[in-house]
Amino acid sequence: MDAGRHPNITLLTYSEVAHVSGYVGSYKVAIRKKPRYVNEELCVGCLQCIEGCIYKEAKFSDEFQMGLGKRKPVYLPFPQATPQVVVIDPDRCIQLKTGKCKKTCSDACDRKAIDFEQKEETVEVEVGAIIVSTGFETFDAARLPYYGYGKYPNVYTGLEVERLTSASGPTGGEVVLRDGTHPKSVAIVHCVGSRDENTNRWCSRVCCMYSLKLAHMVKDHTGAQVYNFYIDMRTPGKSYEEFYDKLLGEGVQFIRGRVAEVTDWAVRPEEEGKLVIRVEDTLAGAVRRIPVDMVILSTGLEPQADAAQVATMFGISRSADGFFAEAHPKLRPVETNTEGVFLAGCAQGPRDVPDTVAHAGAAASMTIALLNRGEVTISPTVANVDEKLCSACKTCLSVCPYQAITFSADKNVASVNDALCKGCGTCVATCPAAAITGRHFSDEQIVAQIEGLLREPKTAEGARP
Amino acid sequence: MSFEPKIIAFLCNWCTYTAADAAGVARMEQPANVDVIRVMCTGRVEPMFVLKAFAEGADGVIVSGCHPPGDCHYTNGNFKTFRRMPLLENLLSQFGIDKGRFHWGWISGAEAPQWAELTRNFTDQVRGLGPLNWKDQIASKED
Repeated sequence: MDAGRHPNITLLTYSEVAHVSGYVGSYKVAIRKKPRYVNEELCVGCLQCIEGCIYKEAKFSDEFQMGLGKRKPVYLPFPQATPQVVVIDPDRCIQLKTGKCKKTCSDACDRKAIDFEQKEETVEVEVGAIIVSTGFETFDAARLPYYGYGKYPNVYTGLEVERLTSASGPTGGEVVLRDGTHPKSVAIVHCVGSRDENTNRWCSRVCCMYSLKLAHMVKDHTGAQVYNFYIDMRTPGKSYEEFYDKLLGEGVQFIRGRVAEVTDWAVRPEEEGKLVIRVEDTLAGAVRRIPVDMVILSTGLEPQADAAQVATMFGISRSADGFFAEAHPKLRPVETNTEGVFLAGCAQGPRDVPDTVAHAGAAASMTIALLNRGEVTISPTVANVDEKLCSACKTCLSVCPYQAITFSADKNVASVNDALCKGCGTCVATCPAAAITGRHFSDEQIVAQIEGLLREPKTAEGARP
Repeated sequence: MSFEPKIIAFLCNWCTYTAADAAGVARMEQPANVDVIRVMCTGRVEPMFVLKAFAEGADGVIVSGCHPPGDCHYTNGNFKTFRRMPLLENLLSQFGIDKGRFHWGWISGAEAPQWAELTRNFTDQVRGLGPLNWKDQIASKED
């Protein structure tokens, strides 16, 4: 919200980066602004249009409420949306779909901010540095059919129950089952899509704490018996362990074991009409069946589905888990291997809110430090084209991952931009005319190493160890 | 004295070289037969380097970099390796060099044990194949 009001910050929300070119200190970024069908300059967020909408009842699934609530075709994405401007869903709005609507929303708007003619536009900005903070996706619980998400209505994800516990949520803070009744017993299944050889191997780091929070909220709201099924409780962080201690004192049950299955197959009379958790209690050393009314799956964090495209666009690499790779895991946690591109938040790996704020602050500081220096230091390990040898075949242009090589039509030779070149040497290996030299890794240097390593020892003393 | 092969390994700076470094730091058991040449990216490895190593007397050659698809420090250098190495493998067999003398693959910076294992297994494999003596063969043909 503060960022939205800051005179030096321009927020482009509902927009997507289409293209990036240039190099540190001089990036050109093309940004696609999607049409909201509302003039941002005129809209003040009074929400009169939502009341005026031809649909008297909200009838479309609300993404922010995880599908548990309804919205109209014209809506505010979420209560604290910045900027406080409404948006019209072109797939739902009668006017945008058919052109035949009374446009009562327009009539309701005193400032005439609604503009059905708005088109997608592309803006170009020149920037010195870029911070990529594209966040994460939550694991799709339906990928694990044995937990019954999507099959049993009372199996929820953590985020859905988060909306239920929220005072501004679809139920006004009432934790209720799909039939409107309050649950008497609730199971929270940890590590869904985390620490699992079959899905994601990493610990998503935030789930233990949000599971504890949900356990506390659900118990507080409904007085239900709450069971946590965990592999290990991971509560590092300031006052986190204390919160876990507090819950132990509140009578929340903790059962150590990965849940095998959630089923509605009742074996005993008390299981009739309930969801049954089948789990090995590894501390008691027994397989247990626990009947509950509601199951909450603590889904883990994953890289965004389009992380590969984003990585290619900004010239950043990804670690084996698919999150964006930092330049050094310990010493350079916000920089990437592309000069002038920084990372913040869960795009780099799962982290909680305080860590994200710290990471974002670090990225902002690194950016300001870079821009204030006014000049950049680059590695001397870059490629260099010998213009006399270049045969203008342009093969190097196609292999360069950084678009660091340009072709000069006047001189009919390729040339390398030292600021963009990262010294990988792909073009050196590719050049059919051997016109490109990789500084510090030239053919001569590498061949000399091969010869040196394979030289026959002349004397017994000279023998290699 | 039993035959000890000479093996040259071209490792990318960011993944396998890091793994080899870590394997050394962790004091993992590795044979002394493997000598490492560091390149910034396996995309830098020209097929000529591999041929040159065999021609200079190497009995085996390793090329190892970052796991495709996403691990490459340079976005897609490993893909170029992926394209070049199978062609080189064919070329080597046309030259009469056993496929078992050439290994190309991927070991990430976090996979130090895999690197140590590769050096042990590959050295055993090349030891089993015996000396290559390509250098002498070339020399005799030149005469």
